[in-house]
Amino acid sequence: MRHAQILKNCSVIFFNSNIMANFTLNINGKKQQVDVDPNTPLLWVLRDHLNLVGTKYGCGIAACGACTIHLQGVAVRSCMLPVSQVGNQAVTTIEGLSENGGHPVQQAWLEHDVPQCGYCQAGQIMNAAAFLKANPSPSDEDIESAMSGNICRCGTYLRIKAAIKSAAAG
Amino acid sequence: MTLIKTTYNRRSFLKTTTLAGGGMLLGFSWLASCNPTPEEALAMPEEWFDINAFLKIGDNGIVTIMSPNPEFGQNVITSMPMIVAEELDVDWKNVVVEQAPFNSEKYTRQFTGGSQGIRRGWEGLRMAGASARQMLREAAAQAWQVPVEETSTEAGVVHHKASGRSLGYGEIASAAAQVPVPEEVQLKEVKDFRIVGTSRKNVRGREIVTGKPLFGVDYRREGMLFAMIAHPPAFGLKLKSVDDTAARAMPGIKDIFTIKTYKEGYEKGYFDTDAFPELVAVAGESTWQVMNAKKALNIEWEPIADSTETLNVFGNKQTVHIPAGRENTTDHIAEMEKMAAGPGEAPRRDGDPETAFQTAAKVIERTYSAPFLAHNCMEPMNFFAHVTEGKAELAGPTQAPEIMEQTLSARLGLPLEKIEIHLTRMGGGFGRRAYGHHMVEAALISQKVNAPVQLFYSREDDMTFGIYRPTYQITYRAALDADNNLIAFHVKGGGIPEHSVFPDRFPAGAVDNYLAEAWKIDSNITIGAFRAPRSNFTAGAEQSFLDEVAEIAGKDPIEFRLELLERAQNNPVGENNDYDPARYAGVLELVREKSGWGQEQPGVHRGLSAYFCHNTYVAQVLDLAIENGKPVVKRVCCAIDCGIVINPDAATNMAEGAIVDGIGNAFYGAMSFKDGVPEKTNFDTYRLIRMNEAPKQIDVHFVQNEIAPTGMGEPPFPPVFGALANALYKATGKRHYHQPFLGEQRMLG
Repeated sequence: MRHAQILKNCSVIFFNSNIMANFTLNINGKKQQVDVDPNTPLLWVLRDHLNLVGTKYGCGIAACGACTIHLQGVAVRSCMLPVSQVGNQAVTTIEGLSENGGHPVQQAWLEHDVPQCGYCQAGQIMNAAAFLKANPSPSDEDIESAMSGNICRCGTYLRIKAAIKSAAAG
Repeated sequence: MTLIKTTYNRRSFLKTTTLAGGGMLLGFSWLASCNPTPEEALAMPEEWFDINAFLKIGDNGIVTIMSPNPEFGQNVITSMPMIVAEELDVDWKNVVVEQAPFNSEKYTRQFTGGSQGIRRGWEGLRMAGASARQMLREAAAQAWQVPVEETSTEAGVVHHKASGRSLGYGEIASAAAQVPVPEEVQLKEVKDFRIVGTSRKNVRGREIVTGKPLFGVDYRREGMLFAMIAHPPAFGLKLKSVDDTAARAMPGIKDIFTIKTYKEGYEKGYFDTDAFPELVAVAGESTWQVMNAKKALNIEWEPIADSTETLNVFGNKQTVHIPAGRENTTDHIAEMEKMAAGPGEAPRRDGDPETAFQTAAKVIERTYSAPFLAHNCMEPMNFFAHVTEGKAELAGPTQAPEIMEQTLSARLGLPLEKIEIHLTRMGGGFGRRAYGHHMVEAALISQKVNAPVQLFYSREDDMTFGIYRPTYQITYRAALDADNNLIAFHVKGGGIPEHSVFPDRFPAGAVDNYLAEAWKIDSNITIGAFRAPRSNFTAGAEQSFLDEVAEIAGKDPIEFRLELLERAQNNPVGENNDYDPARYAGVLELVREKSGWGQEQPGVHRGLSAYFCHNTYVAQVLDLAIENGKPVVKRVCCAIDCGIVINPDAATNMAEGAIVDGIGNAFYGAMSFKDGVPEKTNFDTYRLIRMNEAPKQIDVHFVQNEIAPTGMGEPPFPPVFGALANALYKATGKRHYHQPFLGEQRMLG
């Protein structure tokens, strides 16, 4: 843990991938321990080490939003967030957003039958949920601005926007 | 009722009452963890009875319907079972849908592509439901000792009205499974449909929004290793040598080696496209470790030699020339200009086009072009493979399991029955996942490391591996007489390495003098089917051109097209015209009505387009405004004739997505090359349309008819390129001839 603490306090990127370290993460309300290279993006810790595969890889450079999770309630791209930077902060993934899809954003997604292939939708939902918490009555422009970092290759943007408006209207 | 002969062989109707739990049909047991939420969960039966390959009925009346085709977002996983349920006559809320395993003995054409799933599946899916319904009726009739004709069904119950008796499907399923498969079955009348034609939610909606493991990359297996490949950084290069000393020493790395995707002398099939058949593979314990090891490889590449290969295109052998060298986009443009000026092949000629052009009052000539495009499926290429002695098991996202099974069989030296392919949901496909080099790569890596492996492409690997939409150029010429009648039409198109000319499409058949010509240029950059292949370029070019011709002829663009279609209907030129003029006119008339054509609002500029491809007719009116100096698509009104619409809201979703996709590619889509290197490697430089750039509103309207259904995946995509170009012209006074319309200008060689 001492090692992890040092890493946490350090903002430089580690280039030596031979170091392994133990981290205790707070994910979806559960403590999870992993022993990984501190540079490992949280995305891969979730997917490869914790089998939480709902969070998706799309680009690896924070350009598409498929990997969006919540860190202390704020939408963050997990593909560029080194696990060493997470510390005790609460991580929420799509699996932990609600029990059985009951979150208003997930419900609105079902109501509008948003997905086509569905691959980007976990990231879209996580981004929308965090956005609506910060801005519960958004305008169309607010929604477009908040959601433009999330690519949907199938082009379901109109339904995403409609679902966010439904969720906001409650 | 329509009476049709059933055409399944006996194996399609394997009936086994001894099978409890239905385990035999479910190779994909890991999906069992993706059940609906408790409050929506259906009570599962004690016992299932397999009626045929498409459905089984539980003792409590719950029906499981297998969706045969691979699912990549077109939502056949909902619409195909809807067709079965319709003819089975069961309440949709009692239906559970499962993805069928790939099984060419039980199912035909488990292929996703060409917008053919619903069209080609329609009759068989109806038969599967109707023959099961018939077997249930016969079983009930036997139980009651009444003639089968006196029985009827309604929402999962067989009735004998005369005696007031009824039996639920679950109660009679065991007996029905023993009834011989009927030789012919009655199908419902369209007017009696209660499921088909009504909007039903995506059966995987809840799993998608809760992040359940549905996709190829979500597949997990005990002891599974992660693997990646390193491929040449440029087209025209191949592997020379690799020094893996540093990478091999990195933590978690199990093995590094080279693989050859195809054996020496292998005759490639149509979907075996692969510019990089020799690769370096890295296998390890986690994705991150493998990614880092891959970066530590020290690889030398060398130029490829000029070569030819024989391609077996479904039985037709073609010789393909693959030139050596490292190609450049600027050279491509210059080469296309040169080829366009030379002679082409002429697949169609009507009348005397040369004379008509010489005697014309006006001749209009315009040239259009578009760049290579990458598919950019959000889920990059990946596949799971576990190859053991004498057996290969694969799982992942593929559009073409039946075709890739052949390739795997040839490469691994295993008979087809020793190759098992499980179909996961695909995170997009757009044609890219019909090509399966990565499936073979995964199998070879698993074989070498002797473990289950998931091969995974990074975004950069995915975007730079090739199999792109080709680059195209096309020139149209129109001849008008003194009365502005279209008297001759000439299309001459080419591309690298294929052209996009459809010689028998509109306006062929509507013009007395017509000439279609084509040319192409060889390349070592690989291409593949991309949503509505060739149409995705030709539609926009042709519809832009017709818009300009109509304007010069002083005609309304809808009236101009309708006049030509009337000619094609009443007095067609030639015999092979690849469209029905009446249905083509139908979508134009519907879009005219629904868009409020002729009632333009101030500041809103309208572009029209109409196209027929993949058996479906589409017309679109696109409204565009200029806001803060930027084009904003305010609304797209879309009229579609795809025959019977199975699931209207899902079909609407497809059209909306296709329109957004088309506008994105028209505005921004481009892959360019410098010294053979793809110049874009990720979404920071390859621009995809985002929410703020999408249309503000899309209205989709369907022509109501009882024609057998056709597909929706591709047809709404191609015309929007033209509608956008025509609206941009109205807004700016400038015609756009070269894609992408924004962001980049074509550099003339």
